[in-house]
Order: sequence, then structure tokens, then C-alpha cells
Amino acid sequence: MKRIWDEIGPPVFGIVVLIAVWAIVAALTDTRGVPSPAEVWSAFLTGMRDGTIPEATVKTLLRLLFAFACSIAIGVAIGVGMALNEFARRSIRPLIVALQITPFVAWLPLAVIWFGASERAVVFVTIVGAFPSVTLATMSAIRQVPPILTRAGRTMGADGWGLYRDVILPAAMPGFVAGLQQAWGFAWKALMAAELIITAVGASGLGHLLAEEQSNVPELLAVLGVIVVIGVAVDYLLFHRLDRRIRKRRGLLVEG
Amino acid sequence: MSDAATNIVDLASVRDAGPPKLEVRDLVKTRRSTTGTDVTAVDHVSFQVREGEFVCLLGPSGSGKTSILNILAGLERPTSGSALLDGTPITAPGPDRAVLFQEPALFPWLSVSGNVELALKLIDVPADQRRERANAWLTNVGLERFADVQPHELSAGMRQRAALARALACEPDVLLGDEPFGALDAQARELLQDEVQRVWVERDGRTTFVFVTHNVREAALLADRVLVLSAAPGKLIEEVRINAPRPRQLDDVLVARVVSEVHELLMREVDKGANR
Repeated sequence: MKRIWDEIGPPVFGIVVLIAVWAIVAALTDTRGVPSPAEVWSAFLTGMRDGTIPEATVKTLLRLLFAFACSIAIGVAIGVGMALNEFARRSIRPLIVALQITPFVAWLPLAVIWFGASERAVVFVTIVGAFPSVTLATMSAIRQVPPILTRAGRTMGADGWGLYRDVILPAAMPGFVAGLQQAWGFAWKALMAAELIITAVGASGLGHLLAEEQSNVPELLAVLGVIVVIGVAVDYLLFHRLDRRIRKRRGLLVEG
Repeated sequence: MSDAATNIVDLASVRDAGPPKLEVRDLVKTRRSTTGTDVTAVDHVSFQVREGEFVCLLGPSGSGKTSILNILAGLERPTSGSALLDGTPITAPGPDRAVLFQEPALFPWLSVSGNVELALKLIDVPADQRRERANAWLTNVGLERFADVQPHELSAGMRQRAALARALACEPDVLLGDEPFGALDAQARELLQDEVQRVWVERDGRTTFVFVTHNVREAALLADRVLVLSAAPGKLIEEVRINAPRPRQLDDVLVARVVSEVHELLMREVDKGANR
């Protein structure tokens, strides 16, 4: 019990303080601009009951899953290519770095011109936002595999694809998962921005809800809350745990 | 026992009957130093290793002994000359020549047994036999209780023993050791040396051992024959045959005598290297 509290106590404390400050500020100011926590909570419950929030959440997550899977496929393919070939690395790397530095929002107008105000445009922006991180992480994770492990694998008879499958890729896992975690953050932000701005007819999603509810502050905040909770939950429950598990297994985790 | 037990013999006079298991012919290895000049690491070295023999390459740092081992492993290519396995030039690494590195080089994502099983998988042992064979080898080196443990949970000496089990599991023709005891503390080193001696006897001529070391006592303890290399650039300067029976102890009279003879020789070499 004490251990669990040690882990979640400080963040829970932070959230409680935030809500308390928010409640005080809401009580002291014009309620239209800053609704109270209770108003936001009731807007959230309404959204859950009438189905708008669950539907938008499911649509958004499906979109995200697809875009993230594409990002991983593209990123791993290019990243492995860059790790294997020095010419490929030196010629592609600046382009990928440029892509990663470019704010993904800048792609929105182009995406609309190329794909129309459509689902495809939204997915495109999400992929462009996420795959550079996957690519660079894949490349450096492979390049940082200790040469001694590769040599050991080769003397054991592994070569070509077998060397990759049995030695290099497993050895590169910790760096690769760290890259996925970073890419997840980018994908989530890019998707929300794209959904908010590209509003196709009949489209549904959390970002679209933000766009529709522009005058209803409690609903806006309720949707924003859902977005934040999903983002943090996936980051913590999936990637953070995966990362810890992998590191622990390899003795790379220093137990505090 | 007479002098025959530890005779220091002329290089050319040692030729055993039958084709050699390993042969190094006029081997030269140069490498580009950081300052851009070519440095000769191995300077026209030739020797042969009989099947089932235990040979130690002994030399000071910079004598090129690790280069020779890497070339035998197929991890490096000679600049000129050749290295042959059963009369065929060595061009690539392969499971017929297992290597023990100075670090255990175990795969950290696999359990101890998983490491051995991967080695078996790579030589196409069917999946249902791997676990059992891995276990047999782990038992052989006294690690049966640690089969399902991750490598980082073992001591350094146990890790190197696991690496030994992984290397031997494929029943290689040749076991190459690149200072495999170098990073161990004194006790772990002694235990592993005994382990290697025992395994070599057990292999009974089926596996040829070639170990690199700068430790005279280690070479005298383990080897049938010690090839002494000079300070850089590495030349073969002496060959010492040790006919002492096994298992050997460091305080065996014969071993002690070889140690003192070779030690003196090696100290002169180190001195030469230092004064150059």
C-alpha cells in the first residue's frame, strides 16, 4: 500500500492542488470564461451519456492506431536502411531531421490541397508528425548495438537477415521503444491539431469536438481533459511500462 | 621426467604427423593508426595447430595476438598471407570456430539458457531438442540452477562460464579464446581456468583450443604448446612445448619451470618494446 502511494501520491497531490486552485479562480471570476470544475464534470457526463465523447474517442483512437502503425512501418524501413548503408544515412538523415523539426501544423494546408478536407489529410499529417522520430530512433538504436554482441552473433553462425532477427534488432529494442514513446507524443499532438483544423463533413473525433464546441467552455474543457488523459495514459501505461520491463530484464534499470 | 617435458625447441623442428587443423601462413596484418600511418600488428607469422591441441598465443600488448585470433575467427582479414582451417582459407566467421571474448558477450535480452539455445538454433538444432542440450551444457559448467536467470544477475565468473557453455554447445571444431579470463578477479579466474582444462580433457581431441593471453602462468597451465610473440610488430619468437600431465596446478614443478623460463623471455621482450 505504501509503495503504491509512493508512486502515485505526488502526481495525485499535484492534480488535487490544480483542481483546488481552478475552483477558487472559477469562483472569483466570470463563470463564462472559467467554468468551475463541477460544471466541466457535468459537461463530461452529458457528453458521455449522449454518446458524443465515446464515439469521438473511438474514431480518434482508430485513426491514431492506423497512422501510428504506418509511422512504425515507414520509420523502421527507412531507419534500418539508414543504419545499414552509410550513403543512405548521410543523404536521408538531414531530410528526416528537417521533417522532425518542422512544426507538423505547417503541413495542414498542403495536406488539404493534396487530399482535400478528408480523413486522408488527417492521417497524413499524423504520420508526418510521428514517423521521423521512429526513423531516427530505429537508426541510432541499431547503430548503438555493442559491436561485441554483433561479433558474438557472427561467430555463432548468424549472418544476413538472421543476424538482424536474432541479434541486432533485439539488442536495439530499448532505444527503439524510447523512440516509439517520443513518436507517440508527436502523433497524438499532430492528430489533435489535424482533427481540430481539418473538419471534413460528417467526421467525428476528439479534435473535431473541440472545433464544434468553440463557444461552450465547459464542454471544451471536458474534451480537452479526455485528450490529456488518453495521452498520458498511453504514454505511462503502455510505453513507460514497456520501457521499464525491457530495461529491467536486461539489468539496465537502476532500482531507486 | 626429463628435460623433454619442457624443452624449448626450434620453431622449424616441430611438425606433427597428419594435416594441421589450423594453419597460419606468413601472416601479415597492418592497420591504419589514428595518425594515418600504417602500423604492422602481425609480422610474417606462421604456425600450425594439430587437431585437438591446446595452443596459447602469448605476448605483450601490441604483439598482434588478438589480430591473429580474429583472423582465425574470420572476424578480420589478413593483409597478406593466409589462415587455413582444414586446409581451406578462412574468409568468414562460422559456428565451427566458437569464440570466447574477454567480455562474456552474452545477449542481455535472453536468459542464460536462452543464450545457449540461440547458439543451437543458429546451427539448426530442432526446437524441441535445444532446451535439453542447453541444460546439459549448463550442467557441465555448473550453472544448471541458473538456466532461467538473466545474464546480468550472474557474477562475472559465472557469466564467462555461461559463455563457455554457449560456445561449446555447438560442439565446435575449434574454440578460440581472446583473453577470456582477462576481466575476472583472481578466484573467478582460477575456477574458470580449471573449468577450461577439464572441458578440454573431456573433449578428448574433438575440439582444438587456441587461446590468446599475456599471462605466462595461464599459458603454462593450459597449453600443450605456447607460441611466444614479440613486442610490436608481433613476430613469433619462441615455441614452448609443455608435456605436463593434466589436470595441472600452478605449483606443479613442470608448470612452474615453464613459467619462469617463459617469463624471463617475455620480460626481455617487453623491455625491448619499451626501449625502442
